[in-house]
Amino acid sequence: MLKFFVIPGHDRRLIPEGRLSGPMPWVIAIMIFLTVLATAAGLAMTHAMGDVSDELSSRATVQIVEANPGIRGRQAAAAAKQLRTLPIIEEVRLLPSDEIEALIEPWLGGQDLADDIPLPALIDLKLVRVATEAEYQSLRSALRSIAPSARVEPSSGYIAPVISLVRSFQWIAFGLVGLLALATGAAVIISARSALNTHTETIAVVHLLGGTDAQISRLFQRRIALDALLGGLLGLAGGSGIIWLISTQLTALDSGLVQSVGLNWWSWLIIAAIPILGMFLAMVTAKLTVIGALKKIL
Amino acid sequence: MDEIVRFENVGLRYGAGTETLADLNFTLYPGSFYFLTGASGAGKTSLLKLLYLSQRPSRGVIRLFGEDAVTMPRERLPGFRRRIGVVFQDFRLVPHLSAFDNIALPLRVAGVREKDLETPVAEMLDWVGLGDRASARPATLSGGEQQRVAIARAVIGRPEILVADEPTGNVDPDMAIRLLQLFEALNTLGTTIVVATHDIHLLSKIPGAQMMRLEKGMLADPTGSLRHPPLPKDQQQ
Repeated sequence: MLKFFVIPGHDRRLIPEGRLSGPMPWVIAIMIFLTVLATAAGLAMTHAMGDVSDELSSRATVQIVEANPGIRGRQAAAAAKQLRTLPIIEEVRLLPSDEIEALIEPWLGGQDLADDIPLPALIDLKLVRVATEAEYQSLRSALRSIAPSARVEPSSGYIAPVISLVRSFQWIAFGLVGLLALATGAAVIISARSALNTHTETIAVVHLLGGTDAQISRLFQRRIALDALLGGLLGLAGGSGIIWLISTQLTALDSGLVQSVGLNWWSWLIIAAIPILGMFLAMVTAKLTVIGALKKIL
Repeated sequence: MDEIVRFENVGLRYGAGTETLADLNFTLYPGSFYFLTGASGAGKTSLLKLLYLSQRPSRGVIRLFGEDAVTMPRERLPGFRRRIGVVFQDFRLVPHLSAFDNIALPLRVAGVREKDLETPVAEMLDWVGLGDRASARPATLSGGEQQRVAIARAVIGRPEILVADEPTGNVDPDMAIRLLQLFEALNTLGTTIVVATHDIHLLSKIPGAQMMRLEKGMLADPTGSLRHPPLPKDQQQ
């Protein structure tokens, strides 16, 4: 593998070009930089969506809407007791009234709220798995006799629009990665064609001396692969720096949802592989371009 | 004697124009020496291009080393080209390579290892009198020196056929004779030589050579029978 990149001195002289002398490595560096950012955004959203979805899909809230605080309290306690007996429920937590008041305080203020507004009793449920609609229906049925006003609401319902939005962003990010790969391929094609034009006479001579298409294309492939790797590493370094800066700022926000927008080790592994993938893309594109052009001459 | 090249009703047309070469019929034999003569524009270079597989004919059959070179798949051409040495009219040296690297090019293309090519290339440089110009680039060499590098590059791979297009065009008469002697020496080693020239004085320098004369793209003798060039006056009876 490494032998492929070791260009013998005479081959280097045959198709001469200095490192970072042309625009190619810089174009690739910019493409890889943008690809790294788009991939990181896509992966972070996948990660966040997975975390939030896993966390919320198996959760539900039971609201007991009863104006009489006494009846509401009794119904809530009975409902919690009943729920603990059901096999699909893993954890039941009856929220204390001060916690409920704290939840709505940002919107309604905290001045003797419970005296003015009949707040519902809330029971937070953690299910053993994501429940089906039929299982939610049977939950509702089980509670109807104990608390007729009980409403069972899956948490996934609240987060669905957010997940849908994040999924859209995720597709946009991965779409951008695809477009950048296409643009990188196009840049390589232009670069390979330009190099071919520059060295037309040398190529013709090598051909007439019995050089094969594979020998000639290998010269360009290696050169373009090295340019792509060099540019890719520059792009990766720049992109990783930006990701690190953003992740530092997100961490400083200390918000639950934002905290989950992070990259795990395999995401970093994918990002680190981008320059290698870029190099292979450039190599394959260069090979196809050069071989295609050589086939037009005898 | 087995033939090495045979042309049968070969014609060559560039684009939609008239035929540059027409109705060529001739056979070349291994170990022979041929001159190809004719006025400028007669089609000598075009004929040589067909010989060294730079061009396919528009019609006819070319058999090279016993195989049909016209319908031969493109992938097989490099192997055949390695058996043919070419001295181009305009030398076609790679400008950014030294004389050494230019001469070594056919060996490198053929996959000869670096340690195995230093001696033959150095010997070849000495043979053409450029032993002290090994590292010189073509731009710093005179026309004659460039021509000698081109000749050395053509013969280093010990080709079975050597095709030379006006190889003495840029050298003084003495060097022209030396180059012809070089070709003759190669010829005695078994290489078939085809030299295109419009210098009729050269023809008498190789007594055993045969001659093909092109006139407006056609062989002067359309039957393809080649004739020996006239002997020098002092040898004529």
